Amino acid sequence: MGGHLNINHLMFLGQGALWTIGLSLIALIGGGIVGFVIALARISPLKSVRIASAVYVQLIQGTPLLVILFLGYFGLAAIGLKVSPLVAAGASLTLYVAAYLGEIWRGCIQSVPKPQWEAAEGLALSRTQRMVKVILPQAIRIATPPTVGFMVQIIKNTSLASVVGFVELMRSGQIVNNSLFEPFAIYAIIAVTYFAMCYPLSLFSQRLERRMGRGRSNLAPA
Amino acid sequence: MSLQLDFPAVLERWPSFLAGAVLTLELAFFATVLGALLGTLAAVGRGTHNVLISGACKVYVETIRNTPLLVQIFLVYFGLASLGLKYSAFTVAVAALTINVGAYTAEIMRAGFEAIPRGQIEAAEGLALSRLQIYWHIILLPAVEKVYPALTSQFVLLMLASSVCSQISAEELTAVANYIQSDTYRAFETYIIVAVLYVILSLVMRAGFWGLGLVLFPRRRRLGTPL
Repeated sequence: MGGHLNINHLMFLGQGALWTIGLSLIALIGGGIVGFVIALARISPLKSVRIASAVYVQLIQGTPLLVILFLGYFGLAAIGLKVSPLVAAGASLTLYVAAYLGEIWRGCIQSVPKPQWEAAEGLALSRTQRMVKVILPQAIRIATPPTVGFMVQIIKNTSLASVVGFVELMRSGQIVNNSLFEPFAIYAIIAVTYFAMCYPLSLFSQRLERRMGRGRSNLAPA
Repeated sequence: MSLQLDFPAVLERWPSFLAGAVLTLELAFFATVLGALLGTLAAVGRGTHNVLISGACKVYVETIRNTPLLVQIFLVYFGLASLGLKYSAFTVAVAALTINVGAYTAEIMRAGFEAIPRGQIEAAEGLALSRLQIYWHIILLPAVEKVYPALTSQFVLLMLASSVCSQISAEELTAVANYIQSDTYRAFETYIIVAVLYVILSLVMRAGFWGLGLVLFPRRRRLGTPL
């Protein structure tokens, strides 16, 4: 107890903020790769693949991230797999993000106008060629604004990794608070820092969305 | 690595799990009702011509939507304490969840309001409906009907997010799980059971909202539009 917020505390919080960004990137990249597979699996011609991926999405979306994190951290440790907080948080967030990004991207792929699918089929392109050359380039344009918007959710959700002992922004705030005991001031600083990371992304996503809305009519294959 | 799952050892604590699940539903219920009210007010506030009110509503919505719920809960928890106000963890949890879901509800409701064609309001004015009647019958109810699926998804997400309240020792489902796993050393089994319970709770909530939608919006039922 005692003491005041000094430069060392702020440096520590800054380090936590960097880990928040790092963990967010891990979750975005890992979740993006798995999510892309999920999105394709959800519209697969094989019924069993469609069902399996739908079950995965339903299970993850019906479970709180906190419980997934506990399963990854305490659960794996309990069955003899000792994992570090970074691995546990990275893996849990990847599985979580994949379910949501998969659903977002599936919607984007399916919202490519029907005639484009038919035209690609009419040109006798194979399923892979149709996807890679015709559908995905258009889907990526549609998917960009919601994906940027979802990055805000990812950044906010990394705060839960603090609960399994990962020292990101929230956890470093708790540690600083343990020595100063000025919770209101410290959590206000934390909140402002999260806001500074998330708000620019929110604005960017909104701007992209507006631009898309205007450009929808001349949506040409990129 | 030896994987030996012992579910019975954990499942015998079912009364605790049940109590936690009930408290989670209670949290979700109060926060949903209060958050829907707060969100609707904030959406109406953002649409007013008074710059001060619409500005304040915008600041509220953007601040909440761009900060983590965990931080909000701690701020409410310690904020109330620093004001000398002592409330139970349950009250603090409901307050924080309400403030949180209110901001998301406000954005959804705003989208609903913007989807109401101006002509409908002018037509209602032409029929000499009162301002209150116009607000209720022409704006609010059709707006809710339009955004009902998005609203209900948001409320299910709120129920799942209430797990974060375990961090201020509200005795909901996740807090119960933390307690049981530290007591039985059966973390994997405990959290699997809790995950399944959450999935069940979200399915129950979805079914409930779907049924409520059929009662509230008979037009949808008549047209056979899927919710």
